[in-house]
Amino acid sequence: MYQLSLIALLAPLCGALLAAAFGKSLGKWFTNSVTIIGVLVSLIISTLLLSILIEDSSQVLNQSIYTWMKIGELEFQLGFLIDNLTASMMFVVSFVSLMVHIYTIGYMKDDPGYHRFFSYISLFTFSMLSLLMANNFLQLFFGWEAVGVMSYLLIGFWYTKASAIKANFKAFIINRVGDFSLLLGIALLFANLGTLDYISIFNSAESLSNISIPISGSLNVSVITLSCILLFGGAMGKSAQMPLHVWLPDSMEGPTPISALIHAATMVTAGVFMLARMSPLYELSASALSFVLIVGATTALFTGFLGLVQTDIKRVIAYSTLSQLGYMIVAAGVSAYSASLFHLMTHAFFKALLFLAAGSVIVALHHQQDIRKMGGLYRYLPFTYVTSVIGTLALIGFPGFSGFFSKDAIIEAVHHSNIFGSNYAYVAVLVGVFVTALYSFRLLFIVFHGEDKFKNDDIKEPSLSIVIPLILLAIPSALIAWPTIGPMVFGEFFANSIIQASAYDLFGFQFTNPTDFLFHSLDSPVIYIATLGFITAFYLYIVKPDLPLKISEYFRPIHNLLLEKYYFDYLIEKVIGQSFKKIGNVFWTIGDIRIIDDTLVNGIGRNINKISSKFKKVQTGYIYHYAFMMILSLSLFLGWIIFTSIEKT
Amino acid sequence: MITLQSYLTLSAILFAIGIIGIIINRKNIIIILMCTELILLAVNFNFVAFSYFNQDYTGQIFVFFILTVAAAEAAIGLAILVALYRNNESIDVDKLTALKE
Repeated sequence: MYQLSLIALLAPLCGALLAAAFGKSLGKWFTNSVTIIGVLVSLIISTLLLSILIEDSSQVLNQSIYTWMKIGELEFQLGFLIDNLTASMMFVVSFVSLMVHIYTIGYMKDDPGYHRFFSYISLFTFSMLSLLMANNFLQLFFGWEAVGVMSYLLIGFWYTKASAIKANFKAFIINRVGDFSLLLGIALLFANLGTLDYISIFNSAESLSNISIPISGSLNVSVITLSCILLFGGAMGKSAQMPLHVWLPDSMEGPTPISALIHAATMVTAGVFMLARMSPLYELSASALSFVLIVGATTALFTGFLGLVQTDIKRVIAYSTLSQLGYMIVAAGVSAYSASLFHLMTHAFFKALLFLAAGSVIVALHHQQDIRKMGGLYRYLPFTYVTSVIGTLALIGFPGFSGFFSKDAIIEAVHHSNIFGSNYAYVAVLVGVFVTALYSFRLLFIVFHGEDKFKNDDIKEPSLSIVIPLILLAIPSALIAWPTIGPMVFGEFFANSIIQASAYDLFGFQFTNPTDFLFHSLDSPVIYIATLGFITAFYLYIVKPDLPLKISEYFRPIHNLLLEKYYFDYLIEKVIGQSFKKIGNVFWTIGDIRIIDDTLVNGIGRNINKISSKFKKVQTGYIYHYAFMMILSLSLFLGWIIFTSIEKT
Repeated sequence: MITLQSYLTLSAILFAIGIIGIIINRKNIIIILMCTELILLAVNFNFVAFSYFNQDYTGQIFVFFILTVAAAEAAIGLAILVALYRNNESIDVDKLTALKE
């Protein structure tokens, strides 16, 4: 089985390397076929592994395949841990990745960086897979960093565009903050347990809750809480939780397929995946879970508001991604990891769908992204319209669509939970539902309905390679929840990989089948809130399209606050960035210029010059001076030798 | 009877004259050459004196060698001098300060 895993991991890497090496000379057809074959192999093997594990859940593979290095007792190994969690994530990642590969053929067909792009997205898939398949923290960290690097390269794919370079820089640095926290968390676990292997850490994690380390003064915190919070810091960076969320909307500067791949379906879910993977640790620390819950709830609610005022089609979806990631984190915070992963999966499908549909609109309008210049597009782009509607319905949680089941499960779990912060989280996610419905339909109405602004232009559906992935993603977006919610959320599907309480304890009701769940949720306010959001959007953007402008005029301060994204960028740039710049300036002027440059580098040279300018006066050039020195020193030496020999005798 | 001390004193005087000649001479480079010859002769003098008083003739054989070498050296030195003069049109010690640079 591990050979299979190895092939699944390395196939995208091979595709990427081949495309990078020979793409230019062998042509576009070669590039996209090798990379697509690579990802396809991964997808097939993931499906295979998943089916093996579904049949017999004891077939978990946990094997180290290669010792990278050995320092004393410490061994750094590469290995695989393939259980239901990994296999299902692998399936989602390689599926979405495959769709994006196919979509890219159409989307990037005229781009000069075609080969580079294919090579990058395949490499990205490889990085993500290595993150998922790791059986130790080192490999997790490798994947984590590799994903970060690839996102950096992909966001800045159009490297001549100044805003793209700024955005990828921002993404990289913000991610670095999170990665640093992750590294600290790993180091803390390693310092206390002496191993990096998942299973051995999980087995001995219990002992960590008894060890406490002082933070400041008499304030002590147990190692397990601290390391969980530090690990979550990494997840906050990668999964874009407040306040480290600022990179994700800006990263929309990259090409649209990347937005779908990285910022909807795979990379940002790394944090959620990590939380689920570390569930044995998090279950030991209620305070860490509360922290997770509060951060997630805050993100879910407040980033949703931001989506209401954005005018860039991709940024609206980006903020909705942030908000949905908040939901996943909330679910992890109330220990409902399975619900979190379930939402991750459904979200991967419908968010990739929404992004690719947005990309389809962008292509059709010749790279126009401003929604204020769109309208009435449903006449021209029927496929895109229908798939967008499906994606939107799934996103807002329309009964029967996949998003409905996953979001409802999360809200049920939050409702039923009673850890610290769960009341706040419950309110946040409920308001979040309203906001989600509002901004989703706002986008849909503005882009596809309303006044027809393209009467004279020739607008038609983009090529087949763009439409096919839309359709292939629309199907799971709508239907995937029906067969999967039972085993995944309420059943034993994740029993071999995640530790969590039984479904009844978490969700507070007995699950029988999806239809029952659907009717059960009619009791909860979720559906009504979502409907309210829909009606509001309908009223504001279809019935009275002038009203939003008036509202924004009336609530100008709030509108400005939202437009400025709560001044987070301002805070980070002006306050944190500036103060770091000041510190950097101090180090630069004193440390670098004064000490290193002036004293050490130039100082040595200058002093040698100074000293030698004094010594060179000795060199007069007069022969008799030299002769005199020779004779003088000769007689001194001779005298010295003679005197010492006299003393000896 | 002339003692060894007298010879050695004379030789020391010759040696000192040679050295002082090198050091305080500011004019002619030929004088430096002559002074080095003088130093060599002082050494030769010592050799001969010791060889006579120790009844060992090895010292006198050394003197022959030194004289031969000194003659050859003087020839070379004068040749260099001629070359020097051709280049500089002067054999003034004070003007030969090329070593300074």
